[in-house]
Amino acid sequence: MHLDTHTGLDSPKGVWWKPAHKSEKLWVVIAFAWCMVLFAMMPLWHWKGGQNPSGIRRHTTPIAYGQRLGEFIAQYQTGQDRGIPIVSPPPGADVYLAAAQFQWLPILRLQKGVEYTLHLSALDVNHGFSLYPINVNFQVVPGYDYGLRVTPNAAGDFRILCNEFCGIGHHMMVGRVIVDDVPAVAATGVNP
Amino acid sequence: MSTSTAVIDSRTPSRNVFRTCQSTGRQIHIGAEWLVKAHAVASVVALLIGAIAAVLIVLTRWQAVHLLPADWFYRVLGVHGMSMLIFFIIFFEIAVLHFTSTALINARGCAPKTSWLGFALMTIGAVMVETMMWAGKADVLFTSYVPLRADPNFYLGVILFAVGALIGVSIFFVNLVVARREQRYEGSLPLVVYGAVTAAIIAVITLLHGAAIYIPTYLWSLGVMKVDPEIYRVVWWGLGHSSQQINVAAMVAIWYMLGALTIGSVVVNEKISRSAFVLYILFISMASAHHLLVDPGMGPAWKIVNTSYFMYMAVLASMIHGFTVPAGMELGMRLRGYTNGMFEWLRRAPWHDPGFSALIFSVFVFGFVGGITGVTIGTEQINIIVHNTLRVPGHFHATVVSGTAMAFMGATYYLIPLVFQKKVAFWKAAQIQPYLFAGGMLIFTLSMTFAGSFGVPRRHWDISFSTAAFDMQFSPIVDVLLAFVALGGLLAATGAFVFVAIAVKSVFLGEPIGQIPRGVAVAGIPAGLTHPPVHAADVDERNAALHADSRGLMGPMPGTVVLVFVFLAAFVVYFFVNWKVLSFVWKIG
Repeated sequence: MHLDTHTGLDSPKGVWWKPAHKSEKLWVVIAFAWCMVLFAMMPLWHWKGGQNPSGIRRHTTPIAYGQRLGEFIAQYQTGQDRGIPIVSPPPGADVYLAAAQFQWLPILRLQKGVEYTLHLSALDVNHGFSLYPINVNFQVVPGYDYGLRVTPNAAGDFRILCNEFCGIGHHMMVGRVIVDDVPAVAATGVNP
Repeated sequence: MSTSTAVIDSRTPSRNVFRTCQSTGRQIHIGAEWLVKAHAVASVVALLIGAIAAVLIVLTRWQAVHLLPADWFYRVLGVHGMSMLIFFIIFFEIAVLHFTSTALINARGCAPKTSWLGFALMTIGAVMVETMMWAGKADVLFTSYVPLRADPNFYLGVILFAVGALIGVSIFFVNLVVARREQRYEGSLPLVVYGAVTAAIIAVITLLHGAAIYIPTYLWSLGVMKVDPEIYRVVWWGLGHSSQQINVAAMVAIWYMLGALTIGSVVVNEKISRSAFVLYILFISMASAHHLLVDPGMGPAWKIVNTSYFMYMAVLASMIHGFTVPAGMELGMRLRGYTNGMFEWLRRAPWHDPGFSALIFSVFVFGFVGGITGVTIGTEQINIIVHNTLRVPGHFHATVVSGTAMAFMGATYYLIPLVFQKKVAFWKAAQIQPYLFAGGMLIFTLSMTFAGSFGVPRRHWDISFSTAAFDMQFSPIVDVLLAFVALGGLLAATGAFVFVAIAVKSVFLGEPIGQIPRGVAVAGIPAGLTHPPVHAADVDERNAALHADSRGLMGPMPGTVVLVFVFLAAFVVYFFVNWKVLSFVWKIG
C-alpha cells in the first residue's frame, strides 16, 4: 500500500493523495474533537462562568475621561493617602480609574460582595491594569473606556500595578484598592 | 534520501554555475549559495547582539543582582526583542527560503541583483533600528505601542527591513516558478519545500500587516497623520504574532528536513502533512487576537472567533505535525532495522549528533511547553489571569527560542558542511550545545511561567517596587523563581554564545571539508553525513509489512501513538487547571 517510501527532501512522484494509516486518522479525529472542546469552553464560560472580559466598551478621549474622573472624585471622596484621593462609591456605582504616567488615580474603597462597574482608561499612553495579589489583568488604552462589572470576593488592601510598559518610570506605578468586609463608611456620611 | 535521484540538467546557462553536492548528489547553484551564506551570517550577528542583551536583562530581573539602571534595562529589552524576533529569525528564514527554493530542487537562484538588493535593504534597516535603539532614541520596546513615540528613523528602519524581506520572499516564489518551468525536478515539490512555501505565504501576509502599520506610524512620528492606539494594536499584532507563525511553519519544515538528514525520517502520509500546512495558511494570522483578549476595543464574539483561529484549526495543524514528525522519525528508524519494543528507535537514535539532539529538543519543548501553554493562555477568559505577566514570555521562549531557534541551530550544523563546505569547529562543544541551550531554556521557561502565575509582570525593571508610591511585596517564592530564571537564562545564553563561536569559526576559519568519508566518524562532520541514514533497497516491502493489519491500531509507529496520548493528557490537565484557578478570582463581566 505504501510503495513510494521517501523522505521530506524528495519529490513524491505521481499522486500523493493516499489513504492514511488508521492510527494517524484516529489522532486527527481526537485532535479535532479536543479542538472543539477548547472552542466550546469560551462561549460556555460566558454563559455559566463568572469571569469574562466582556464589559461595556466605549470610545472616549483623555480629556472627557479626565473630566468624568474629576466629577467622580469630587462626588465620593472620603479622604486621601500620600496626596492621592480615596474615593468610596456607593454599591452598584460606576467607578472610574485612570492610568497616567506614572500613577493610578484615585484610591478606591469598595465593599466585598457588591457589584460595581469599574471603568478603565488611560490619559496618555497604553497602561496595564494588574490587581495584586489576585492577579486580574486588563489592557488600559487611551481613548477607550473599558467598563467591567466587578464583584470583590474578599476584603483586603490590594495593589494595582502597571504591567504594560509606559515609559521609563513604569516600575514606579503602583495604585491601591481597599475592600471592606462590611459597609465601613457610615462615619463619613457618603454612603446612601 | 533513500529513493531520490538528482535531476542533472544539461541546459544549464553559462552564467549559472552549479556544483554537484558530494553528499546528496544534488545540483547546487553557486550564486544562490552565496545568498544563503550572507543571510545566515547576518542572522548570527543579530543572534550575538540579542544574546548579549539577554544576559544583561536576566541579570537585571534577578533582583539580587539588579545590574542595569531603569532606562538601560528597557532600552536593552527593546534591543533584545528586535534583534532576536525580527533580525535573527527573519534573516535566517530568508536564508532557508533561498536554500529550499534552489538546493533542494536542483534549481537556480533567479534575479541575483534584486536578491542582493533585498539583502542590502534588510541590512540597512537593521542597522538603522539598532542604532536608534542603542542611542536611546527609541525606548518604546519591541511593540512600540502608539502613542509612545520613537525617532522617525526607527520606524523607517523597520520599513526598509520589511521591504528587503519581502523582496527575498518574492525571489523564493520566482525561483519555484522558474524551477518548475525548467523542469528541475520531477513530481511534486518535496514536503520540506512545501513547508517553506507555507512559511513564505504567511510571510507575505505578515509583511503586508507590517507595512499597513509601520508606514502610518512613520507618518505619525513625522506629525503628518494620526494613529489610533487600539487600531495600532490590532494591526501591529497582525505583524507581531503572524511573524511567529512564519517561524512555526519554517520550523516544522526544518523538522522534516533534519529528520530526513539525521535518521532517515520518512513522510508517513503526504496528504496529512500537507493538509496541516494548508490549515496554517488559512487560519494562523487570526492569532493577532491572542494579544487583545483583555482589550477594550473588541467584543467577545470577535475575540472568540479570532483567538481560536476559527475553532482552533491552526492548533489542529500543529497537533497533526506533532504526530507526523515523530511518526516519520519512528518509521524511518524502524525501516532501518530498529524495530524492537516501543522505543528502540528513540533510544538508538544518534543523540551525539547535534542536528538530531537539536531536532528532538525542539519538537519536545515546542510541543509540551510552548504549545500547551500557548493555547491555554490564548483562551479568552483565561487570559485575564495571564495578560502581560511573566507567563507570556515564559510561553513564547518555549516556542520561538526552544522551538524555532533550536531547530535553526540544528539545521546550521548541517548547513556548515553542506553549504559552506567546512567542518563544524569546536566539535565537542557542538555536540553538547543543544543540551546546554535546550536545558537552560527549559529551566528558564518553566520558572518564568510559575513566577507569572503569581502575577509578576513582564517588562518590569523593579518588582520590589522600591521607588513606588505604595509598598508591594510578592511572595518570597518569586525571588527564588526569578533566580532560576536567571540561571536558566545564563545557561541558554552560554549555549547561544557557544553556537555563535562555532558558526563564526567554522565559516570564516573552518577547515575545508574535502571528501566526506563514509562509515568513519569524523570530528566536525555530523553523523548523518558520515553515516547517511540510507534505507535498504527493499524499503517498500518493509514498509508494507509494518503497515500490515496484523499490527493492529498502533500500526507502524506504536511509540508515537503512546507519546501523543501522553501529550494530550498533559494538555487536558493544564487547560482545566487554569479554568479552575480562574474561577477563584473576583467576578468580572
